[in-house]
Amino acid sequence: MPKNDIKVALIGNPNTGKTSLFNQLTGLNQKVGNYPGVTVDKKEGTSRLTSSQNALITDLPGTYSINPTSIDESIVLKTLLKKDIKESPDVILVVADVENLKRNLLLFSQIKDLEIPTVLAINMVDQMTKKGITINLSALEKELNTEVVLISARKNQGIDKVKAAIIRCHVAAKASPLCGINSKIDPDYFSKLKEISPNYSLYELWLMVTQNNYPDTVSKEEKEKLLAFKKDISKLKKYQHKETIYRYQEINKILKKTYIIDKSKATDVRAKLDKVFTHKIFGYAIFFLILLVIFQSVFDLATVPMDFIDGIFAELSDFVRGKLAPGVFTDLLAEGIIPGIGGVIIFIPQIAILFLFIAILEETGYMSRVVFLMDRIMRRFGMNGKSIIPLISGTACAIPAIMATRTISSWKERLITILVTPFTTCSARLPVYAILIALIIPNKKIFGFLNLQGLVLLSLYGLGFATAIIAAYILHKTLKIKSKSFFVIEMPNYKIPSLKNVIFDVIEKTKAFVFGAGKIILALSIILWFLASNGPEAYKNAQKNTIENSANKNLNEDDLNQKIAAVKLENSYIGIMGKAIEPAIKPLGYDWKIGIALITSFAAREVFIGTLATIYSVGSDDEDTATIKEKMRSEVNLETGGSRFNFPVGMSLMVFYAFAMQCMATFAIVKRETNSWKWPLIQLFGMALLAYVSSFIVYQILS
Amino acid sequence: MGYISEESLDFIPLKLLEMGCLPGAEVQLVQIAPLKDPLYICVNGSHLAIRKETASKIKILKANI
Repeated sequence: MPKNDIKVALIGNPNTGKTSLFNQLTGLNQKVGNYPGVTVDKKEGTSRLTSSQNALITDLPGTYSINPTSIDESIVLKTLLKKDIKESPDVILVVADVENLKRNLLLFSQIKDLEIPTVLAINMVDQMTKKGITINLSALEKELNTEVVLISARKNQGIDKVKAAIIRCHVAAKASPLCGINSKIDPDYFSKLKEISPNYSLYELWLMVTQNNYPDTVSKEEKEKLLAFKKDISKLKKYQHKETIYRYQEINKILKKTYIIDKSKATDVRAKLDKVFTHKIFGYAIFFLILLVIFQSVFDLATVPMDFIDGIFAELSDFVRGKLAPGVFTDLLAEGIIPGIGGVIIFIPQIAILFLFIAILEETGYMSRVVFLMDRIMRRFGMNGKSIIPLISGTACAIPAIMATRTISSWKERLITILVTPFTTCSARLPVYAILIALIIPNKKIFGFLNLQGLVLLSLYGLGFATAIIAAYILHKTLKIKSKSFFVIEMPNYKIPSLKNVIFDVIEKTKAFVFGAGKIILALSIILWFLASNGPEAYKNAQKNTIENSANKNLNEDDLNQKIAAVKLENSYIGIMGKAIEPAIKPLGYDWKIGIALITSFAAREVFIGTLATIYSVGSDDEDTATIKEKMRSEVNLETGGSRFNFPVGMSLMVFYAFAMQCMATFAIVKRETNSWKWPLIQLFGMALLAYVSSFIVYQILS
Repeated sequence: MGYISEESLDFIPLKLLEMGCLPGAEVQLVQIAPLKDPLYICVNGSHLAIRKETASKIKILKANI
């Protein structure tokens, strides 16, 4: 970042179109640090204000107030209290929704009192005439002592005015409190507080005390004095209440002079839609119908691009092998790297489609109705209506889903949601399921219209969700955590989703998945290839010994080569590892080749496919365009002579993948979000045990 | 439809106050969730869903009194 960029913090209530404004200001120049290892949780982007002046814009999580009740909101407080020159914002851009201006101004009034230069952008002004709202802009600017810009972020109106205002505000560097609020509640008390340090505004000191958040720049002495104020907690609480009421009184006074709303123009579309969407029968029926549509379309729409990608990478491998001189490098490329990359790319259709649906549901405001509908039910299982969003997002990927639990303010409800989310069927399981279903379930229609394969997949989703719920119930009854559950959500107005926001959201989440999990998968593919094509003494002698042993069996050249390759694999490092665990997994119906795939797919479930692809392409390297599926179909169980992937084995594997937490990235994110080793370890071993026992039962019953 | 009584002030969580649930404000019950909980209310222009447990602490005065 060049030094002279203006640092702008973008703040606003949820549902004010803050993200739309951020997207308009920065375009595709955004980056998000939200993957394991990266502890930054904020979205940043560069905006070109003029030809010579850029701004670095940070999109802070939506919040109703600076006083946080969730982890998400506490990021806002922490950013604002920072006094570090490098990180603290030069200008704060507050976004407000024209329809809810009163409530939005509460946050604005708090921010003003921090005495940082501020610009107020009132969004969705294109709705003003329709809603019968009139604003006296110049009077409002005077009353608020702030530059106010009227914009419509979705329609790309007023964005230039915002940019100009940021520059003017930065140059003037003028900052004054709006309410000077605290002194009016108890002058003595607050003047004593102000005396502690001249480096901070009164409101900043007040926030440090009430939120127990002291920036590093506060000296030890100052901190001790601030802590003294914490002694009388009931007084603090009372003053916080008084402060909020006082702020609203001031805001009401200001709005009376500047803001007129003609209530007769209010429409009741919202009320009508709410009647349907939150209806005791239709509400749930619509929700389940939507889920059904989502999952069916994921399975149907994604198969074409996925088969295409699968085929392309198989051909690419053959092409490389055909064109390049044989050798270690060519093998690495054709058997390690290309199938590895293919294993990541193949997910994009499914992940993107799932996130597309979720983004649309969130954008329209429908998701809040689902939260409302589900809260009572989820509470019975120790969760929260808000847990429904992680559980649905979990069907795409557990990582963004677990991060989405941050809005749940009760620790117990949040922890339970985190622990059970990995049970929901994420898209990394889909390729495993898809390939196994294709192998063991006939592609038939039942009752003339239901696709049997689709139905099995749907029941696997059902299994994942049911397990999540049951596990939550058990945790709810066993976890002894005292945590106050407080629940309030806003029911935003219904909106037609903005294409730009939806697409950006899908791109952002897909990118995070591809680059985060992708690296692990690619690295593993290379390690795997190495382990599969190297080995101790027996491996090196495989060729010679096999030829000698088969000398009198009259094998043709192809059969002999295949036999050599199989012996090689068996004696490679990875073969040794697979064999070592074979006794443990034999009761589940697996052989050592599947064992290898189980070991490697701890990194991420989809590696299962990539591993089998590597194992089988090493096992029979004369194949031309055979895809993984075909290779698996032709795999024979040497003991029975039948197909290796028969019905009991396929079912047992699917159950195993439904329950086991085969995902390193999830482990890492749970460790980070719970800030402990205890919970991710409990989760890992609990899920593994459940997976083992269930697969054992399934296989023993079916075979 | 009703008004939040002044004496409820100490029982209203800060977050609800901040979202517009102020003493003296007009409250409208928009809808009750199918399982009788949570409640969907409209107060001071904010449409909010809160649990019964929280709502029961807030005293509402009838509009016609």
